[in-house]
Amino acid sequence: MTFLWTGFLFSGNLTLIAMTGGVVFGTLLAMGRLSSLGPLAAIASAYVNLMRSIPLVMVILWFFLVIPLITGKPIGAERSAIVTFTAFEAAYYSEIMRAGIQSVSRGQAMAGYALGMSYWQNMGLVVLPQAFRNMIPILLTQTIILFQDTSLVYAIGAKDLLKAAEIAGKNYNRPMEMYIFVAAIYFVLCFTLSTVVKRLQKKFAVVR
Amino acid sequence: MNYHWNWGIYLEQIKGGEETYLSWLVTGLQWTVAVSLCSWVIALLLGFLVGTLRTTPRRWVARLCSAYVELFRNIPLLVQMFLWFFVMPELLPRNLSLWVKQEMPAKEFVTATICLGLFTSARIAEQVRAGIQSLPRGQSYAGLAMGFTLPQTYRYVLLPMAIRIIIPPLTSEFMNVFKNSSVAFAIGVLELTFQARQMQEDSEQGIETYLAVTLLYFACAFVTHLGMSWIERKTRVPGLISTAK
Repeated sequence: MTFLWTGFLFSGNLTLIAMTGGVVFGTLLAMGRLSSLGPLAAIASAYVNLMRSIPLVMVILWFFLVIPLITGKPIGAERSAIVTFTAFEAAYYSEIMRAGIQSVSRGQAMAGYALGMSYWQNMGLVVLPQAFRNMIPILLTQTIILFQDTSLVYAIGAKDLLKAAEIAGKNYNRPMEMYIFVAAIYFVLCFTLSTVVKRLQKKFAVVR
Repeated sequence: MNYHWNWGIYLEQIKGGEETYLSWLVTGLQWTVAVSLCSWVIALLLGFLVGTLRTTPRRWVARLCSAYVELFRNIPLLVQMFLWFFVMPELLPRNLSLWVKQEMPAKEFVTATICLGLFTSARIAEQVRAGIQSLPRGQSYAGLAMGFTLPQTYRYVLLPMAIRIIIPPLTSEFMNVFKNSSVAFAIGVLELTFQARQMQEDSEQGIETYLAVTLLYFACAFVTHLGMSWIERKTRVPGLISTAK
C-alpha cells in the first residue's frame, strides 16, 4: 500500500510540475508564435508542431536517450520524465494559450499601448490575465489528459502509479486486482475532475 | 557529447541473425499501420453508433451511451491495454478464456486493436454528438414533419450534414490513432515503438534508430492528412462550411 502511495505521489507530482512548467513555457511559446519577429515565430511554431506530431512514447524515449548525452551523466528515469513532460506539455498548453491570447479583443491590447505600456506590461497586466481566465477550463481539461498520459513513463521504467501497481501485483501474486484497482483510481480522479471542470465552465459562461 | 555516429546501421545485420535492422523497422511499420487501420474501422463504426444514440430523445439510451464515453475517456490508454490483455481473459468463461490465452492467433494484435478501437470510439462519439448538435434544431423537425421516421431523419437529414462538419476533428483523431498505437508496445505488439526500443538496445545506435522511427510516424501522419483533406474537398457542401482554404 505504501508502495502504491509512493507511485501515486510521483504521478501527482509529475502532473503538477509538468503543468506549472508547461503553462509557463507554453505561454512563452504562444507569445513567441504570435510575435512580430519572424524567426522567433517560426522557431516556436516549428517546435510546437514537431512535438504535436510525434507519439508521446517516442518523445519520452528520445529525452531519456538524449539528456544523458548532453549532460554527460545518467539522470534517472524519474527526472528524465519530469523534463520530458514539461517540454512536451508546453507545446499543447501553448496552443491553448495562443487561442486564449487571440480571444482577447484587439482593442484591449491597443488600449494598453495607447496608455503607454510596454509590450511586457501590456501582456502581463492586460492580455494574459484575461487570456488565462478565458482558458481555465480548457487548461484544466488538458491537465486531466496530462495526468492520464503520465502513465506512459512506463516506457522508461519510472515508478509511477501504474508501475507501482504492477510491481505490487507481482509481489503479492494479485496482478489482476491491482490493474483493476489502478484503473478505478484513475477513473474516479479524472471523472471527478472533469465534472468540476464542467461546473467551472458553466460558472464562467454566466459571468461573461 | 561523445556519440559514435553510424548511419549505415540500418543495413547492418542484427547480432546473431540474418536480417538487417531495416527489416525490423519495416515489420514495425506494418504492425503500426495494421493496428491503426483496424482500430480506426472499429472506432468509426462504434463511435458513430454511440454518438448518434447520445442525441436521441430516449433518455436511458443517451445515459447509457454517455456512461460508455466517460468510462473510456477517463482511464489512461495504457491501463486499458493492460486491462484488456491481462484482466479480460480471466473474466471470460473458462473454455473461452483458455482459448484466448493459448490458441487465439495474433493475440497481442487483436487485443491492442480492440482496445485502441474502443478507446478511440469514445472520442469519436463525442465529436459525432457535437456535430449533430451543431445542426439547427429545425433540420430534425423538418425531417420529422416530412413524414420521415426518426431513423430516416438521422439517415437522410442529420448525419450527412453532421459527418461533413466533423471531418476536420476526425482527421486529427485519425492522426491520433497512429500516435496512440505506439502504446501497444507495452503488451508486446511488434509495432514501431517496440522495434525502436529493441533496435536501440541491440545496436546501441539510439539517435539513428529513433530518428528513423520518428520519420516513419511523420510519414503516417502526413499520408493520413493528405487522404483526409482529399475526402474533405470531395464531400464539401458549397456554402455551408467555409469554402475558402
